[in-house]
Amino acid sequence: MYITISDASREYYLKDKGKMTALHKVNLEIEEGEFICLLGPSGCGKSTLLNMIAGFDRPTSGSVKIHGEVVTKPSENRITIFQNYGLLPWRNVLRNVELGLEAKNISKKERRQIAEEYIELVGLSAYKHHHPAQLSGGMQQRVALARALAVDPEILLMDEPFGALDAMTRMSMQDEIERLWQEKKKTIIFVTHDIEEAVFLADRIVIMTPSPGRIKSIIKVPLARKRDRTGNDFIKIRDRVFEEFGFKDTAEVDFFI
Amino acid sequence: MNTLKKSIKAVVSIFALIVIWQLVVLTGRFEESLLPSPAVVFTGIWDIVKDGTLLNHYRVSFARFLTGYVLAALTGVILGLLLGWNKSVWSFIDPVIQILRPVSPIAWFPFIVLWFGIGDAPAVVIIFIAAFFPILLSTVSGVGNVDAIYMKVADNFGLKQPALLFKIILPAAFPLIANGLHLALGTAWVFLVAGEMVGAQSGLGFMIIDARNSLRSDLVLAGIIIIGVLGLILDRLVRLLENRIKRQWGVSLEERN
Ligand SMILES: Nc1ncnc2c1ncn2[C@@H]1O[C@H](COP(=O)(O)OP(=O)(O)OP(=O)(O)O)[C@@H](O)[C@H]1O
Ligand SMILES: [Mg+2]
Repeated sequence: MYITISDASREYYLKDKGKMTALHKVNLEIEEGEFICLLGPSGCGKSTLLNMIAGFDRPTSGSVKIHGEVVTKPSENRITIFQNYGLLPWRNVLRNVELGLEAKNISKKERRQIAEEYIELVGLSAYKHHHPAQLSGGMQQRVALARALAVDPEILLMDEPFGALDAMTRMSMQDEIERLWQEKKKTIIFVTHDIEEAVFLADRIVIMTPSPGRIKSIIKVPLARKRDRTGNDFIKIRDRVFEEFGFKDTAEVDFFI
Repeated sequence: MNTLKKSIKAVVSIFALIVIWQLVVLTGRFEESLLPSPAVVFTGIWDIVKDGTLLNHYRVSFARFLTGYVLAALTGVILGLLLGWNKSVWSFIDPVIQILRPVSPIAWFPFIVLWFGIGDAPAVVIIFIAAFFPILLSTVSGVGNVDAIYMKVADNFGLKQPALLFKIILPAAFPLIANGLHLALGTAWVFLVAGEMVGAQSGLGFMIIDARNSLRSDLVLAGIIIIGVLGLILDRLVRLLENRIKRQWGVSLEERN
């Protein structure tokens, strides 16, 4: 398997409260090219799990392996996109996208060329000399996407990337990330607490619950792309997810199924 | 419009001050040598402008100022970067700095003369001391306050030293460093005059002492006004520069605080 998480737990030892389990014995296998959404309420360990896959954090027991190798530190092969984008405000769009390429051994000219290509890919060519502060939230997130894709990672890790966007921008960003995923064939692990977003994007939805954070269930979304947010099948699956969280009467769900 | 209003207000208040000053003189309660009239002082200013005295003193002062300030800026920023980066070393240095910082640079004067001799050196050293601490402290705190997300992003893309220092830490800390540089400029200007009053045979500070020794209170007052105006001009020029740089750093910086 491509990504194998076995019995991964993350505990914190707090001075006053003692042991605190952020994540309890998580088992998850992810295939190359899969689109996985981690879905769950606040505090269920979504960021913790994502950070462990990214290599920013390590499990206190169990393991996270990629290609059979234990993850111990971050790598440019797995790029994380943060909710607040993590763009450098003193650099313009072009130079932001070039950042990751600067750590690689490539010429200035080639760097620029690659950066422009990816800025074009996310539709921001007209803004390449703007600074992040001059862009809308959606545009900033596109820059972060271009910057991540420019180093050609195998895995994209996204932590509530669209959480700060309004509903409309959010949907167009969902379309965008789906398009990029199909075009670039990345493995994407995407944290969200928006159920519709998860149903629209994911091949599989990993449903997590808190205290202690763990995986409750995994729901396959066998719908063809591009998905119709108002279609019957879409709504059926969405209701199934609602039901997992106990937000829906079973009787009503039965009626739909 | 706004600047026009502001400058009108400035002109009015300065004019009012001169009128009050003239009225006080007209009461006749003060001797000419204790409080020279505005007309006499302005004639005095005009005289030293015309015969080149002012320009000569100014040149000397400015050269000292620049030398001391630039040395302080270089050492303050470089040391600040190193110490801000290495927290454990800083925790040893910090207490010493906290003791030295409240000491007026003038207090060092006896030692300065013993160690550096007379001539330009004492004033330069005093300016250096005055400017060094605010620059050092703001650089240390700037480096210490670099947003963790920038470091995470750099780590993710595999940026190593020295790229980390020049591409992330220095620019991220720059607004705070610029603040310190600006603050230090004002302080250093104040101590330029003080330094020249105690240990020099030329410069704006000496010009005042010299006028006192020859009982020319009009020239003393003239010197005070000139130093004030020059300091104001210096401050405004630097503020222009600072604002321009900060604008380049992006408004988002302030939003993220
Ligand atoms: N550095 C830390 N020290 C102590 N506890 C932590 C730390 N980081 C996270 N936790 C705890 O671990 C649990 C899971 O946190 P995590 O950030 O992974 O949740 P999340 O699902 O991402 O939540 P959200 O949707 O609010 O982002 C929380 O209860 C949190 O308080
Ligand atoms: Mg989170």
